[in-house]
Amino acid sequence: MKQFRLPFLAKGGILVLGYVVVLLLIWSGVINDYIQATMVTICINIILASSLNLITGFTGQFSLGHAGFMSIGAYTTALVTMNFPTVWGFVGGLLLGAVIAAIIGLLIGLPTLRLSGDYLAIATLGMAEIIRVLMLNFEFTNGAAGLIGIPRMVDWNWLFVFTAGSVILIANLLRSAPGRNMIAVREDEIAATSIGVNALQAKTLAFVVGAFFGALAGGMYSTYFYVIKPDIFGFLKSVDILIIVVLGGLGSLSGSVIAAILLALISTILQDFSDLRMVIYGLILVVIMVFRPQGLLGDREITLSALGRIIPRLPRKRNEVQP
Amino acid sequence: MEDVLQQLINGLSLGSIYALIALGYTMVYGILQLINFAHGDIYMIGAFVGYFCMSSLQLGFFESLLIAMVACSILGALIERIAYKPLRNSTRIALLITAIGVSLVLEYTMVYFVGAGVRSYPPLPEFMIGSFNFGGVIIKNLQILIVGISVTLMIALQLIVKKTKVGKAMRAVSQDAETARLMGINVDNIISVTFMLGSALAGAAGVLVGVYYNSINPLMGLMPGLKAFVAAVFGGIGLIPGALLGAYVVGSLETFVAATGNSMFRDAVVFAVLIAILIVKPTGLLGKNVKEKV
Amino acid sequence: MKRITLGLAAAAIGMSMFVGCAGDPAPSSSAPTSSESTGPAPSSPESTGPETIRIGINYELSGGVAAYGQASVIGIEMAVDEVNAAGGINGKTVELVKYDNKSEEAEATTLATKMMTQDNILAAIGPATSSRFMATIPVANQNKIPVISGSATADAVTQGPNGVQPYAFRICFNDSFQGTAMANYASRTLNAKSAVIFKDSSSDYAKGLAENFNSTFVANGGTIVGEEAYVAKDTDFNATLTRIRGMEFDVMYLPGYYEEVGLIIKAARELGITAPILGADGFDAPELLDLAGAAALNDIYFTNHYSSLDQDPKVLAFIAAYKAKHGQDPNAFHALGYDTAMFVMDAIGRASSLTGEAVQAALAATKDFPAVTGTLSVDENHNPVKAIVVVGLKDGVESTSEKINP
Repeated sequence: MKQFRLPFLAKGGILVLGYVVVLLLIWSGVINDYIQATMVTICINIILASSLNLITGFTGQFSLGHAGFMSIGAYTTALVTMNFPTVWGFVGGLLLGAVIAAIIGLLIGLPTLRLSGDYLAIATLGMAEIIRVLMLNFEFTNGAAGLIGIPRMVDWNWLFVFTAGSVILIANLLRSAPGRNMIAVREDEIAATSIGVNALQAKTLAFVVGAFFGALAGGMYSTYFYVIKPDIFGFLKSVDILIIVVLGGLGSLSGSVIAAILLALISTILQDFSDLRMVIYGLILVVIMVFRPQGLLGDREITLSALGRIIPRLPRKRNEVQP
Repeated sequence: MEDVLQQLINGLSLGSIYALIALGYTMVYGILQLINFAHGDIYMIGAFVGYFCMSSLQLGFFESLLIAMVACSILGALIERIAYKPLRNSTRIALLITAIGVSLVLEYTMVYFVGAGVRSYPPLPEFMIGSFNFGGVIIKNLQILIVGISVTLMIALQLIVKKTKVGKAMRAVSQDAETARLMGINVDNIISVTFMLGSALAGAAGVLVGVYYNSINPLMGLMPGLKAFVAAVFGGIGLIPGALLGAYVVGSLETFVAATGNSMFRDAVVFAVLIAILIVKPTGLLGKNVKEKV
Repeated sequence: MKRITLGLAAAAIGMSMFVGCAGDPAPSSSAPTSSESTGPAPSSPESTGPETIRIGINYELSGGVAAYGQASVIGIEMAVDEVNAAGGINGKTVELVKYDNKSEEAEATTLATKMMTQDNILAAIGPATSSRFMATIPVANQNKIPVISGSATADAVTQGPNGVQPYAFRICFNDSFQGTAMANYASRTLNAKSAVIFKDSSSDYAKGLAENFNSTFVANGGTIVGEEAYVAKDTDFNATLTRIRGMEFDVMYLPGYYEEVGLIIKAARELGITAPILGADGFDAPELLDLAGAAALNDIYFTNHYSSLDQDPKVLAFIAAYKAKHGQDPNAFHALGYDTAMFVMDAIGRASSLTGEAVQAALAATKDFPAVTGTLSVDENHNPVKAIVVVGLKDGVESTSEKINP
C-alpha cells in the first residue's frame, strides 16, 4: 500500500497542538463549563467504546457487561479520592480501580470465555447485574443512595492524558503480536488455533485490557460528576456503550471515536424527545445490522495520514460461515 | 410446615409464568441458535393487548387471552421477517445485536405511547377472585388458573411438536436446516411458525401476569425475559422439557432466596447460578454434548 | 507503528473539540420550552430583558423516575401560569427553561451547568429525587444560583461536608422527620409494641425512612421483629410475605413507592396479613387504589404532605384547580411542584435585586410561607419547618387525618 505518511514528530505535534488550542479556548472562555461537561461525556464514552471495541469488535467476543467494569472503576476511584482528596489519591484510585477491574475481568473471563459468543453475552450481562446488586447492598458503597460529594478532579489536562493515552495504548496493542492474535481469533477461531494461536489467551487478554480501560473511564466519570449510585451502571449503560461501538464499526477505533461524538450530538438534538431517543437507538441497531453489519466505518480506520481518505487497515474479510 | 407448603405454591405459580416465556426462547434457539432478546418484550406487548381488550373493549378474560396470543404471534412473525430473516447468513453477534435493537424499539415505542408508569388491570370477573384456605395454606383461584392454563398450553405445544407434520418439520429444521431444505421443507415458513408459537405463549404469559400481579408497564419484559432465558439455559437450551424443568427450578430458587430473607440478592443468585451452569455444564441439565463441526 | 495511533489520538482530540463547539447548541435546538401562553417566548438569552424572569426546570421527564418528574413539572407549570395570569412577579413575566435530565445524575449536572452558564436563569427547580438533586448542588454553589427541590427528602441533601450547602433549598420535610413521625404515631396512637419493616432496598428514600422508623420505634420501647427488603420493579412478593406472616407483630412499616407498595398491600391482605400497614408519602397516588384494590386498603396509615380532607381553602383551591384542568385528583408530586414554584417566585418577588445571591438571601429568609403542603419557614439548614399529616385509609378512601407539628 502506498500512502502519504506524516512523520512521527509531526503527529505528536498535531496532538500537542490540539491540546494547547483547547487549553487556550478554555482560558479565553470560548469553551465554557457546559461545553467542557459535554467534552467530558464524550471523552469518557470514547474510552468506554474503544475498550469494548477491543473485546467485541476486534476479538469478536460479545460482552454485555461493560457497565459492570465501569462501576468498579467509578466506585474505587470515588472511595479513594474521597479519603485522599489529592491528585495522588485521584491517580492512585484510578489505577487501583482499573487493576481491580482487570483482575475481576480475569476471574470472570477465564471460565466464561470458553463459551461461544451468545452465551458469553448473557454471562457478562449476569456478571454486571451481580456487581450492581452487590454495590446496592454493600455498606461501604452506601447502598442505594450511592456516593455523594465526590471531589471533582478531572479537568482538561487529565481528560486529554487519559483519553489520548487509552486510545493510543489500545491501538498499539492491536498492532502488536497479541493484538494480531485477537483479530485472528475473531476471523476464525478454529483456523487461528490450528496455526498455533492460543485463542483463550488472546480472548482473555482482550477482556482484561478492556476491563482495565472500562474501569478507567468509570473512575473519570465519578470524579467529574460528583454523584454515583448503582443504578447508573445498569444494563442500559452497557447497551449505550454497545451502540457506540456498533455505530462506529465493529473493529474500527476511529469509528468508535467518531460515533461517540456523533451520539453526543444526537442526544443534544433529541433533548426534548428522550423516549424517542431510545426508539431511535434501537432502530439504529437493527438497521445497521441489516444493511451494514460492519457499522459506519466497518473495520477501516481514519487516520491523519490519510487526511480523510478512507484506507482499509486491518484484515477485512469477516467469517461468514456459521460454526 | 404450612409456610413451606405456601412457599411451594408461590414457587409453582412463578415457575409456570417463567415456563411459558422460556418455551418460546428455547424453541427459537433450537431452530435458529438465536437468543431472541426481544422475547421478553413480546410478553410485555401481550400484557398490554390483554389490558386494552379487557379495559377499553370490555372483553372477557378468555377472549382477551386469545386475542393477545394471536396478536403476539403475528408480531413475532413480523419481527422475524423484518429484522432476523435478512441476517440468516451473518454472524451470531450481528443477530444478537439486532435482537437487542428490536427489544429497545418495542420497549420505548410503548413508553412513548402509554408512558412509563405502571397500569393495573381492570377488576376481574367473579370466578377469578377469592381463594381456598387449607389450614393456613392459601391457594388463590388465580394461582390455580395460571398453573392450569400454563400446563394446558404446554401440553398443546408438546402435541404440536410431537404429533403434527409441522412439528416434525420444526424438529427437522432444528437438527439440520440445510438437509431439511433438501427434503423439501420450507425452512423460512417453519421458522415463522416457530416464532408464532413461541410468541403466542409469551403473549399468554403477559396476560396471566397482568391479572395475577395486577401491574404492567412497558419495561416489565426485561427481567422476566432474562430469567426465562436463564431457565432455558438451565434445563438445556433448545429442549422443550429442559425449559420446563429450568423454569420451575428458577421459580423455586427465587422463592427460596426470598423466603430465607434475602430477596434483595434474588437476581444476583439467579445470575450466579446461570454463570455456574455455563461453566460446569454449558449444555444444561438435560442437554447432550455435541462436538462442534468444522 | 506509531502512525495510526497518534493519528487517531489527534483525530480524537480534534473531534472532541469540534463537538465541544458544535455541542454548544444553537438556541433553536436547545429551545427552552416555555410553558406559559402569555407572550412570545424569547429564544436567546439576549432577549431576556427586564421584562422576563427565567427559572430553570431540571427534571426527570424520561427514564426510570419520569413519573415523579412529570408530575412535579405539571404542578410547576400550573403555578407559573397562575402567577403570569395575575401579572407576573412585580410586573415581570416568568419564563421556564425546561430540560429533561433523563433520570441520570450526570445529565442533571450537565444541564445545571448549561442553564446557569448559558440560559441566564435566576434559580433552578428540581430534580425531583435526592441523588440527582445533589448532583446539581456543587454547580449551584459555584455559579451562585440557588437550586430548589420539592421532593428530595434524603437527610444529607442540604448538608455538605462543610456545613449547610449555601445555594440548595427544599420545601419537603426530610426522611428522618417522616420516619420519626410515623414511629411515634405507631407507638402512641396505634399502641403498637412490635413492628416488621419491609423496605425497598434499591431506594435511598426507603432506606432512610426505615432507619429512622427503626430507631424511634425502639426508643419508644417497641421491638422490630423483622426487617425484610425488596427491589424496585419487583412484582412477586409472595415469598417474603409468607415469611413475614410467620412472625408476631402489631404493625408493618412499608417505606417505598406506590408501584410496589400497592402490590405488596394486595398480596399481604390476600395471604391473610391483617395488621395495620404503615407507610410514607410514597403511598400518595391515585394508582395505589387501582393496584391494591379498595378491599385491601383498610387499616392503612401513611405520613403525607397534605390531606385531601384538609378544609384549608388553599388546599381546596389547589385540588379544584387541578381537577378542572386534568380531570383527576392531584398527587403529592403535583402539590409539591406547585408549592416549589410558588415558593421560588415568592422569594424572587422579595429579593432586593434580580441576582442569584439576592434570591438566595430571600429564600433563606422565608417565614410562614403559605403552601398547599403546609405553612413553612426555612430553617438554618435550608430545610422547611412544616407540619406533617398522618392519613388513614378506609376502603381506599382517606378517612382520618391528624396533623403533627414539628
